[in-house]
Amino acid sequence: MIKAVMMMNTQGKPRLAKFYDFLPVEKQQELIRGVFSVLSSRPENVSNFLEIDSLFGPDSRLVYKHYATLYFVLVFDGSENELAMLDLIQVLVETLDKCFSNVCELDIVFNYSKMHTVLDEIVFGGQVLETRSDEVMKAVEEISK
Amino acid sequence: MASSNSLMDSLFQRSLEDLIKGLRLGESTFISRSLEEIRREIKLTDLSTKSVALQKLSYLAALHGVDMTWAAFHAVEVVSSSRFAHKRIGYHAIAQSFSDQTPVMLLITNQLRKDLNSSNEHEVSLALECLARIGTDDLARDLTSEVFTLLGSSKALVRKKAIGVVLRVFDKYPDAVKVCFKRLVENLESSDPQLLSAVVGVFCELTAKDPRSYLPLAPEFYKILVDSRNNWVLIKVLKIFAKLASIEPRLAKKVADPVCEHMRKQNVGKSLLFECIRTVFSSLSNQEVALKLAVVKIREFLMDDDPNLKYLGLHALSIVAPKHLWAVLENKEAVVKAMSDEDPNVKLEALHLLMAMVNEDNVTEISRILMNYALKSDPLFCNEIIGSILVACSRDSYEIIVDFDWYVSLLGEMARVPHCQRGKEIEHQLIDIGTRVKDAKLELVRVSRALLIDPALLGNQFLHPILSAAAWASGEYVEFSKSPYEIAEALLQPRTCLLPDSIRAIYIYSAFKVLVFSLGAYFSSQEPTSSPLAQESTSSGPSMVNGFTYNSISSLVNMIELGLCSLSGTIDVEVQERAKNVLGFIGMIKHEIAEKATSQNSETEAHRAIAFMEDVFSEELGPVSSTAQEKVPLPEGLDLNENLEGLQEICREVLEPMAESDYSSDKVSFSVAKLRIRDQEEASSSLPPPLESSSLLAEHRKRHGLYYLSSQKSDDHNDRDGNDNNTSNEYPPANEISVDSFKPKKKISKPRPVVVKLDEGDEPKRKPDASSSNDESLSRAIQTALMGKGKGKEKEKEKERVKENHEMNVDTENIEQSSRREKKNKKNGERSGKRSSRRQRGKEASVTKPVEVPDLLL
Repeated sequence: MIKAVMMMNTQGKPRLAKFYDFLPVEKQQELIRGVFSVLSSRPENVSNFLEIDSLFGPDSRLVYKHYATLYFVLVFDGSENELAMLDLIQVLVETLDKCFSNVCELDIVFNYSKMHTVLDEIVFGGQVLETRSDEVMKAVEEISK
Repeated sequence: MASSNSLMDSLFQRSLEDLIKGLRLGESTFISRSLEEIRREIKLTDLSTKSVALQKLSYLAALHGVDMTWAAFHAVEVVSSSRFAHKRIGYHAIAQSFSDQTPVMLLITNQLRKDLNSSNEHEVSLALECLARIGTDDLARDLTSEVFTLLGSSKALVRKKAIGVVLRVFDKYPDAVKVCFKRLVENLESSDPQLLSAVVGVFCELTAKDPRSYLPLAPEFYKILVDSRNNWVLIKVLKIFAKLASIEPRLAKKVADPVCEHMRKQNVGKSLLFECIRTVFSSLSNQEVALKLAVVKIREFLMDDDPNLKYLGLHALSIVAPKHLWAVLENKEAVVKAMSDEDPNVKLEALHLLMAMVNEDNVTEISRILMNYALKSDPLFCNEIIGSILVACSRDSYEIIVDFDWYVSLLGEMARVPHCQRGKEIEHQLIDIGTRVKDAKLELVRVSRALLIDPALLGNQFLHPILSAAAWASGEYVEFSKSPYEIAEALLQPRTCLLPDSIRAIYIYSAFKVLVFSLGAYFSSQEPTSSPLAQESTSSGPSMVNGFTYNSISSLVNMIELGLCSLSGTIDVEVQERAKNVLGFIGMIKHEIAEKATSQNSETEAHRAIAFMEDVFSEELGPVSSTAQEKVPLPEGLDLNENLEGLQEICREVLEPMAESDYSSDKVSFSVAKLRIRDQEEASSSLPPPLESSSLLAEHRKRHGLYYLSSQKSDDHNDRDGNDNNTSNEYPPANEISVDSFKPKKKISKPRPVVVKLDEGDEPKRKPDASSSNDESLSRAIQTALMGKGKGKEKEKEKERVKENHEMNVDTENIEQSSRREKKNKKNGERSGKRSSRRQRGKEASVTKPVEVPDLLL
């Protein structure tokens, strides 16, 4: 089960934050800050995985990918495969690329609701729904009509 | 006026985009101003205005931490709009902000029902997503039938999402199983890989919580494992089998072959390969072929340059390490190489693996390597290294340590590592070794001396616990020290003012012990003939004291007196009291030392006083079992469970701290009261409590009678007779702890020194967790559903099944209860020798029946 999806820039500003278990807003902001502080201290060329039991509870793992000025973060538990989650971030980014052609941070900033639409077709209630970016695109286009 | 205001608001309302732009300009009050606007706009009747306001609010809540729970009702309004755009905004807000505490939760039931039945599949999707994220018990119950319908929908997208929502519905409303389970299972046979992936995803989650209930579905999962080509599906099925195979070993055998097939494929995806390896390591590790193949494959991961694969490889090895250490040993070089990797996670995994490989023979070598690493590493990793060495070496009462002298000096070395923050644990181990291992005392004193005389260490607050242990050991085992004078000097050096008061008190007390010992040695050396004291002090243990001359002893006494004079006025009462006690003692005997030089009278007050104090310190302190308190036999007539309400009124604050200190839940406690260690062979009659304690108590009472409760009994605290009224005011005196409360078990091994171990183990018991009732009812519902639905091809077995069904339903309850009890017992500590748990385990053996695994698999 996926616990949270986050996108934040390299200054720590969240661009998208979705938590699949209910948390009050202060706790959400706390977690975002916590994740950022861990990420910002990671050197380059290391693995993309982190254990974050202290933030999200036991059996929580985090995978992140650094693209230009953005960190894409997925928080999940033991019922997801780590490498598969890494692939999922890839799928998300590819879909966004198709949506916005050469997506950059600004696109994400100004298209808040579209971002969520795309994300909702990939992750549904904490579970992986679709893993092929062209299918996701199709669904998103349908909805936008 | 009001309407024109609202018109203005609607016309000129800022959209979400405007809001974002405004935020980027960076005004600090922008958020609060926008919030005010939003509050105004959201109350208007026009749904478009309302929804834009809601959208802005959701944005602020998600990214800027603004609370939006107050807008719950407005979200409900927005969702009731017929326009899809509004619905989307409304549902998004609801999914983001509603929780069990939201009061208006009930209002959305009907709306959800309408939307779930809608012909527009996107509306259905919205409603499903909302239900999946915020579904409560009531919502789940009310909307079960809609979900059931949607599980059979022809539109794939809707069906997928309905399958996803089932997870939440089952969790919140277990009776939904009766309705929906069949359709869910039917989807296992679907040919659409995306649908299949959704279904196995749901089953993966369900199985993780309660594997036993889903065992009957194993044949279906097996088919998927063998046939499917989709990595996502396979990964989930593997995870399911990992859980199932750990409770049903026969499955492991059957599943091993397909798993190996997947592993051997040419272009298998890394994620699938990793999942196969992980499944083998965790649940199929008794299947030799699979295990060997997995170890070969994991080597590829370890050798890969990709840091992700390296990390995952190490992680997988740590799963298999406990049972199959050979796999780790084979890859030793990779592990050691990983210790110097850039990635902190990789280093940590490598460290844990290295510690798993530690045994008697290589512990010194590995510790040497690790300490070198520690000195070169950053503080965090340095402490990880130290921590893991401490844990590994102290496991099972220092099982892997053969050379304690080396280990004690290692502990001293750790204290000198600049970043060391593990003071508490080192302190604990130093003292622990002191009490358990007689032969290590010499080295312990030597190491302690080195730590004490170094003034630089006093400034480092992380080292204070270690210094406290060093001080205690130096005082307690002063007979092993080469130069008591040096120790006393170190204990009283001026820089000790940097220590916290509690540790300072320990320092003073240890100095006192040194003083007593030295004086004893001095006096006995004055009379070499008949005194039994002389025999003891010179024959017991390797005493290094070559006797004190008058000059040396008087300089010792003077030095101590000088050091303590300044302390007799400190604010901390403990330090002050101890300083004054010692000074008083010195005052008492000082002039007699001078006299001693002239007369040979052995009956002086001083001599007696010294003899008395030496006696006090002559008892050996030993380790205390964590169950010692519970072993204290209750005196007759004392009913622990009797109601002590009457006392509440009289002395509330006094009673409460007593209640908490009753159970020694923490680690080994050292009491300065007299304790004796007994051998197992000795008779177990408890010794009469020493007379002094009773008189001390009586004295205390006389002085502080005001604080004692009114007593109808005599002052003799040995009175344990019947007419105990509940307002018993005798707190069992500390000195009366029953003596047969712990029996050390001495290990005999030739070169290795003796380590005192305790029977019941030294770990405190951990409390069991409560299990939720919802999970139980879900399990039961699933099991009934699976047993109840007879498949078409097995009609003739149905009668049998029905019969077994009845047994099963009776048994499942017992199985659940006994498995929960099992879990509780496991958490209570492996070596708990309590009778009740043994009785229960006996019961479980007869009741537990394996859940019927279909013949296909056997």
